[in-house]
Amino acid sequence: MYTAPFRYLRPNTLAEAQALFRDSSDARYIAGGQTLIPTMKQRLAAPSELIDIGRIASLAFIRREGANLIIGAGTRHADVAASGDVRGAIPALASLARQIGDPAVRHRGTLGGSIANNDPAADYPAGVLGLGATVRTTNRSIAADEFFIGMFATALEPGEIVTEIVFPVPRRAGYAKFPNPASRYATVGVFVAAFANLVRVAVTGAAPCVFRIPEMEAALAKNFSPDSIANIATSPDGLNTDLFASAEYRAHLVGIMAKRAIEAAML
Amino acid sequence: MTALSVTVNGAPVEAEVEDRTLLVHFLRDQMHLTGTHVGCDTSQCGACVVHVNGRAVKSCTIFALQVDGEAVTTIEGLARGGQLHPVQAAFQEHHGLQCGFCTPGMIMTAVDMLARHKNPDEATIRHELEGNICRCTGYLNIIKAIRACEAAG
Repeated sequence: MYTAPFRYLRPNTLAEAQALFRDSSDARYIAGGQTLIPTMKQRLAAPSELIDIGRIASLAFIRREGANLIIGAGTRHADVAASGDVRGAIPALASLARQIGDPAVRHRGTLGGSIANNDPAADYPAGVLGLGATVRTTNRSIAADEFFIGMFATALEPGEIVTEIVFPVPRRAGYAKFPNPASRYATVGVFVAAFANLVRVAVTGAAPCVFRIPEMEAALAKNFSPDSIANIATSPDGLNTDLFASAEYRAHLVGIMAKRAIEAAML
Repeated sequence: MTALSVTVNGAPVEAEVEDRTLLVHFLRDQMHLTGTHVGCDTSQCGACVVHVNGRAVKSCTIFALQVDGEAVTTIEGLARGGQLHPVQAAFQEHHGLQCGFCTPGMIMTAVDMLARHKNPDEATIRHELEGNICRCTGYLNIIKAIRACEAAG
């Protein structure tokens, strides 16, 4: 057995899930489990209970509501990638989902699980922050700018469950990433979204937590073109260095991926 | 131990598993379906790919209890009446394997891919194979085999 022992629980409702969480000592929720299970196999996580919310049907949906696209937290990456509603409203988000992991991972992994985990190299945090989405939970609504607070850290309180994400539909948007060749995680990924009055640029993979680049946003709001950001350099200070890429290389990739994201948005 | 009800290759199965049993270990150690391989243990190599309700998943990255009530298909479930599945036959015909270790996962991924893509071009096939690693680097013939299936309809 690879993982430490735990008790597996599968509630039928969110209320039941939260009650189980309150009654446990050190529980974790599991949805797709594509990050949590590998972590448990390495025994970097050893929850006492695993509360499976992956089959609560009310969490899996995609719907257009006026100026917003709302996606249930339990929606699998493959379903976002294939959705006509997503491809019609925010093709860049469908493209992002299509680039996560591999087909088997996309069949299991969920939007809510990805952002609740907030892996520094995950794709969805860039889309959620780049689009200025709102994260709805069992308890409240949280703006993306307040949701992602640090490495593997979010504004979620213990026991709180992400239920749906409200994405404002932009005029245009693009996502470009330089994937790690083995894991397909973003070495650097940049999401760019242009709205009527503003542009947002969000970067994943480069730093301990997804972040925005106000200087690029201001330049792109004036002129939405790759040339607008050609002279905006990213400092390597505080960026990640690992086996695969130095902070300096990641800083360089931010500019390249931003340009490609803008080009994708202009298609 | 917890009760598990699951359909494996079309047959209903009632079993008892420890909660932390991964699906791949349930299939290999309890069902003795050893065609599903454990290659990397890090969710990257794809040798353990099976279908859950028709969708390719990595059986080393899902607990057996997560598929309670669902239908699992392994490489052993593809052949019908002693006849290889067309994708298996194509791998044989086009020499889509060398040592064969990655082959069950490659074939399960290919079957899933062909169910979702009508006529995948080479770029699509390569993208769809990103979660399967062949250490013999036999990718060209694997791609050839998958393209042949698509051509054969």
